[in-house]
Amino acid sequence: MDIDIPHNAPLPPTHRRLPRRLDEHALAWLVAAVTLVPLGVVLASLWQPEGEVWRHMAEFVLPQLLINTAWLIGGVAVGTLGLGVSLAWVTAIYDFPGRKHFAWALALPLAMPAYVLAFVQIGLYDFTGPLQSLIRDVAGDSSWFPSIRSRGGVILTLTLVLYPYVYLLARNAFLTQGRRALEAAASLGLSRRQGFWRVALPMARPWLVGGVSLALMECLADFGTVATFNYDTFTTAIYKAWFGLFNLTAASQLASLLVMAVLALALLEQRARGDKRYTATGRGAANRPERLPPWRGWLVAGACLLVLSLAFLVPMAQLLYWAWSVAAEQLDLRYMGFVGRSLVLSAGAAGVVVVLALVLAYAVRRKRDIASRLAARLATLGYAVPGTVLAVGVFIPLAWLDNHLIAAAHALGWVGVSEVIKGTLLVMLLAYAARFLAVAFEPTQSAMQRITASQEEAAASMGLGRPAVLWRIHLPMLRGGLLTAALMVFVDVMKEMPITLMTRPFGWDTLAVRVFEMTSEGQWEMAALPSVAIVLAGLIPVILLAVQTEKHA
Amino acid sequence: MSKSLLTLDGVGVTYDDKRVLHDLSFTLLEGEIGCLLGASGCGKTTALRAIAGFEPIRAGRIAINGDTVATVADHWPPQRRGVGMVFQDYALFPHLTVAGNVGFGMNGVASAVRRQRVDELLEVVGLAGYADHYTHALSGGQQQRVALARALAPAPRLLLLDEPFSNLDVELRERLSQEVRDILKSRGMTALLVTHDQHEAFALADKIGVMEGGRLRQWDAAYALYHEPADRFVADFVGEGAFLPAEVVGPGELVFELGRRNCRAMQDCATGSKVQVLLRPDDVLHDDASTLQARVVKKAFRGAQFLYTLALPSGATVLSLVPSHHDHAIGESIGIRLEIDHVIAFA
Repeated sequence: MDIDIPHNAPLPPTHRRLPRRLDEHALAWLVAAVTLVPLGVVLASLWQPEGEVWRHMAEFVLPQLLINTAWLIGGVAVGTLGLGVSLAWVTAIYDFPGRKHFAWALALPLAMPAYVLAFVQIGLYDFTGPLQSLIRDVAGDSSWFPSIRSRGGVILTLTLVLYPYVYLLARNAFLTQGRRALEAAASLGLSRRQGFWRVALPMARPWLVGGVSLALMECLADFGTVATFNYDTFTTAIYKAWFGLFNLTAASQLASLLVMAVLALALLEQRARGDKRYTATGRGAANRPERLPPWRGWLVAGACLLVLSLAFLVPMAQLLYWAWSVAAEQLDLRYMGFVGRSLVLSAGAAGVVVVLALVLAYAVRRKRDIASRLAARLATLGYAVPGTVLAVGVFIPLAWLDNHLIAAAHALGWVGVSEVIKGTLLVMLLAYAARFLAVAFEPTQSAMQRITASQEEAAASMGLGRPAVLWRIHLPMLRGGLLTAALMVFVDVMKEMPITLMTRPFGWDTLAVRVFEMTSEGQWEMAALPSVAIVLAGLIPVILLAVQTEKHA
Repeated sequence: MSKSLLTLDGVGVTYDDKRVLHDLSFTLLEGEIGCLLGASGCGKTTALRAIAGFEPIRAGRIAINGDTVATVADHWPPQRRGVGMVFQDYALFPHLTVAGNVGFGMNGVASAVRRQRVDELLEVVGLAGYADHYTHALSGGQQQRVALARALAPAPRLLLLDEPFSNLDVELRERLSQEVRDILKSRGMTALLVTHDQHEAFALADKIGVMEGGRLRQWDAAYALYHEPADRFVADFVGEGAFLPAEVVGPGELVFELGRRNCRAMQDCATGSKVQVLLRPDDVLHDDASTLQARVVKKAFRGAQFLYTLALPSGATVLSLVPSHHDHAIGESIGIRLEIDHVIAFA
């Protein structure tokens, strides 16, 4: 059947503007406000120091905090770089027994939150732990064994948890551009070793800077580990000011100092991302890694296994052992309550955050201008900001709003009202959203970038209006990206500790809260059971990542 | 007689139990430019990588300048072979400037000398004044020149070029391939390149090897490949042409639709056997006086010439290059005549 189309028939609409009140700029900045308001509140407290609090802190608290933090950052930077780069190098360039499995397994420590590894380390290596007991049984004395409850112990623990950031990025760098560049270097007369120092390492610099900055951000944001080790840093000081002293001003002033350090790192990381664009050296060659001679191959495999054991296998075994020992009495309704609340919170936060990320990504796509991109850039800064800081930053403005609402309610005659927002999940969800928006934004945006303008135009030319394009083109193509985003946020909220601790409404104890409480009392076995659940959830994205890297390798 | 600089002797390469290179043998003399020509997947790049030392060999022997650099048992690492390489994607180092890239391979050379040699090479490749630029700011053609200068800087014994012009547009490709040939020839450089583009091979190389399915079909000068292909694959792959069925009627004597010709290669062929005669477009001439008539079924305008596809009375087709002022319509019959120096036929 032929349908006559007159020559002057109008083309189907390809572009229909949304009504003014749904302006994408407004939407983008509304989402950005979720991050910017708490950050602004915290930073503002820097400009209104209250003399007395400040003097007290400067004299008694700050020097120790600064020294501790400096050691921590320095130690973790050196540790993650050394471990991450060398593991990435051997698994990317050489072939040795088990290389394929080590390549993904070495990312497994990402699944274990630092605060879980922290108490397991203490349980394992402390005076009463199995290792020192064994040493005493064999040698009679274990007093020479270095104490795990020390600065070195904290640095070691955080290094073991955070090295995968450097490892994954460095490996990516070596795989994508290292091999071809190394061939070029070899054809110019350089050996593998010279090639590593003169070509592979300098070329990987943006990736390494990115990886170390991520590791250090996590390190500065860490609360659970340093709390377990009783190692005072900014996050524990903020927590103490908040709960111990109920001093919001002190908390927010400490937070503002921490934010400065963290934003400097975030800036460094974002610059490194920009540098990567210039560092692509053509396509990766379909090149097989060089086989190491047997004895060296086994040596390298042994080293990989040692790292993996220290960071994941042995702690996991200890964790399972402890959990098993208390499972019979502890796997009760109360435990199911922790699980249930963790699941509800994680799922709820995942939903909220993904919607926010989608709105933001859509606004950036529609506008493609500096204003919307800036909004996205600022909105996603939250990934760098420690949970303790965001908790303070979200709480202060909401408490202020609450007081006004209560005053209004009283004025209207509702005398019984004492809390409107403060005691609700809203505080928590907003803080989660600020912290994890970047986690959801990245997969959402990259999924959206895969939809080309000509695909939209093709749909429009076939007569689809904007809602139909959204429904039949955008959503099906975005589904994978949105699922990834939701999953990542879900797992991150599950693992999250300080925001949950500081902003949860009464009765909302989750798995992470339970771990914190049991750890504070030194009850490792009791802390192990909820930890196992958290680690299992944490394994999901790591395994997805592993599958992805296997495919590319 | 100059000495042989690169010798491959029965070289085989295997990937995961899959043979990708079989029994590859050829020799490149000092100062010669060689070329491996073939479609993608024919093994030509693998051959280049085996010579450079990036792939171990599973059979045969590779010798460079008299040194045996690869056998099944002994594998010299790339850095010992003294071979320069220009990569398809250039593989320039993004963290170094142009001068840093070019001077990269000159180890143990005093920095003043190095700087002078770098400047000299940049002059040669036409990039004087770009020494302090970073490579990502350069155009594709400029990056190509940096890659060439970098490979030449350590004065390698042999230069390998992997599809060196495939990332450039056609016009630049032709200009640059001529330039590269001049540079290599003026320095007496021995070089081997790999390409799928026969025009590039013809423009650059003294000797060309046609490869297919991991085997070398013929190693010869361009003229011989075109006019005396060793087998039907080479005849098909290099240049255009048509095959006509023919019958051997006597020692080296063939009869086919367009006449009777002598063919030396068919000297020993039994009388009565059926063969195929290769006719290049330049073998078939347009001649109004000829009694041989063929009908135009297709025509392609090529500027100075038309390439006509002509149907003979039997239905078989031949190609003919005709000066373009002879503009005939499709369906028209025109007179043709054969002019062949060597008749090529395959059983």
